[in-house]
Amino acid sequence: MSKRKIYLDHNATTPLHPEVKKALKDAMELFGNASSLHDYGRATKAAIEKARKDIAGFINAKPDEVIFTGSGSESNNTVLNIVQCCSSVCNVAHGHRHEIITSKIEHPCILESSKCLLERGTPVTYIKVDKYGKVDIDELKKKISKKTLLVSIMMANNEIGTIEDVKRIAKITHDNGALFHTDAVQAVGKVPVDVRALNVDFLSFSAHKIYGPKGIGGLYVRSSVPFCPLIRGGHQEQGRRAGTENTLGIIGLAKALQMRKKEMSQEAKRFLGYKKRLKKAIEDKIPKVSFNGHPTDSLTSTLNVSFEGSEGEAILLYLDMEGIAVSTGSACASGSLDPSHVLLAVGLGPEKAHGAIRFSMGRDTTKEDIDYVIEKLPKVIKKVRDISSAYPAKK
Amino acid sequence: MDKSNIWVYSDKIKKHFTQPKNLLDDEKKYKEDGKGIVGNIKCGDQMLMVIKVDKDKHTITDCKWKTYGCASAIASTSILSEMVKGMKINEAYKLSPKDIASKLGGLPEHKIHCSVLGDKALRAAIDDYYKRNGMEERIKKEKAKIVCQCMNVTDLEIEHAVLEGTRTYLELQEKTKIGTVCGQCKPETLKLLDKYIKQHFDK
Repeated sequence: MSKRKIYLDHNATTPLHPEVKKALKDAMELFGNASSLHDYGRATKAAIEKARKDIAGFINAKPDEVIFTGSGSESNNTVLNIVQCCSSVCNVAHGHRHEIITSKIEHPCILESSKCLLERGTPVTYIKVDKYGKVDIDELKKKISKKTLLVSIMMANNEIGTIEDVKRIAKITHDNGALFHTDAVQAVGKVPVDVRALNVDFLSFSAHKIYGPKGIGGLYVRSSVPFCPLIRGGHQEQGRRAGTENTLGIIGLAKALQMRKKEMSQEAKRFLGYKKRLKKAIEDKIPKVSFNGHPTDSLTSTLNVSFEGSEGEAILLYLDMEGIAVSTGSACASGSLDPSHVLLAVGLGPEKAHGAIRFSMGRDTTKEDIDYVIEKLPKVIKKVRDISSAYPAKK
Repeated sequence: MDKSNIWVYSDKIKKHFTQPKNLLDDEKKYKEDGKGIVGNIKCGDQMLMVIKVDKDKHTITDCKWKTYGCASAIASTSILSEMVKGMKINEAYKLSPKDIASKLGGLPEHKIHCSVLGDKALRAAIDDYYKRNGMEERIKKEKAKIVCQCMNVTDLEIEHAVLEGTRTYLELQEKTKIGTVCGQCKPETLKLLDKYIKQHFDK
């Protein structure tokens, strides 16, 4: 019998949607440079602009409000970079506003780039979150001021799935005259995202989290807001992001979103059933567990669990041997020894943070997959705990 | 090193991780001659090691353990428990992290500290054995005192770094990796750094 393989790490990345594969294959002949005036160039240009229109439609933006980038990380870096714009051509009217507000649970690309800005003189405030990962609105209200230029709060958290009150935070931001950005890489294509309804100024998204190709991201920039390019030197994207367009990536992203439109709402309901099933089984079969993330305002595809006295990497690798691919709350496996900043920010002790596992479902996930996990997981946890010197926890 | 591929671990590590040897099943029933616990859960690794000793031959006859930690921590404790069986106690006392890592066929750089805990746990167990048998004089009081528990950096290493030109906390971190995990040791490190700089370079 061939070994069963179950991929439950969709928040890390996803396989290509079959329809995206087809679209990419069809688009492979399209090699012209969209900047060229000849037929080859015009054909590419037309395909890109069609994709832009479709993508804009998906998030209720105007086509010229969508910029293509190399990744969600690049989109996020681009927005933060605006704060230190020193170019007179960019029209970033700083005035007395020069501060950034963000949260403690943002993706590392926000935390690292804001840290860099901080070292270069931009004051940065990191708003705390509650035990479910919800940004502390009261603290935001206290910290935001006439000096605030930009507020950047993620829409859905990659590790624990918590969905932030972006609309409310955007309103508070605008009431105080600042710009609002949301990193929606984990949200676009999983929950409805409407930039007009949310009233955001910038919104980052990415293709590879939603069955599109890697190496292509998107950034919504509201047409009236100031902007400063991160990558300069070309007129592409109306001078807002230089570099010859990633034609295949753009077409793949558009197709991925088109498929999301068809599939996501049904899928979200299905995942919710699986999530409840998996959660209940873990509670019933495994002692000393706790769940991370908001109980209701959360991606239905994400379940994050802490197993007391069990180190995450060991769990991950034993599950891998059973054919189950998950991710840990500790970044230990990926080279750092620190527990996840998100889990620490929601108030978990280092032990619970080190013992956290994230299951993230995707469109191919079946009930049988979940049942297979339910069958294997208790044995794996028992094995790790049998080896562990920290289980049962000594008082 | 390719950090994305976790099985940069050798086959040997994989083997000891999947089928750990000499696991301590029942702590209460095991009549050990020495017991050591090192590490802390905050940093993600903790080890418990127990040994039995042939008191006439000064030889370790049995070694069992439990580890809270990642694959390399588990594997390195497992292989260490194999290595020390039948070993003279004074030889076992001298085992270094390097000995364990090389027996495992090498460890990824960022995982070295996991195996560092193994030899410390063993020495703690042997020290305990010495204490229980009135041989306290054999306990090697390490001249160096560990400042950073996570990366196993001692005050002597800080002093050496200062003598070699280190002046700031960042430089010291680059050189020794001190305080790069939980960061608890930063205040003490800063004091020591200041002390050695003054001691050696202030006129």
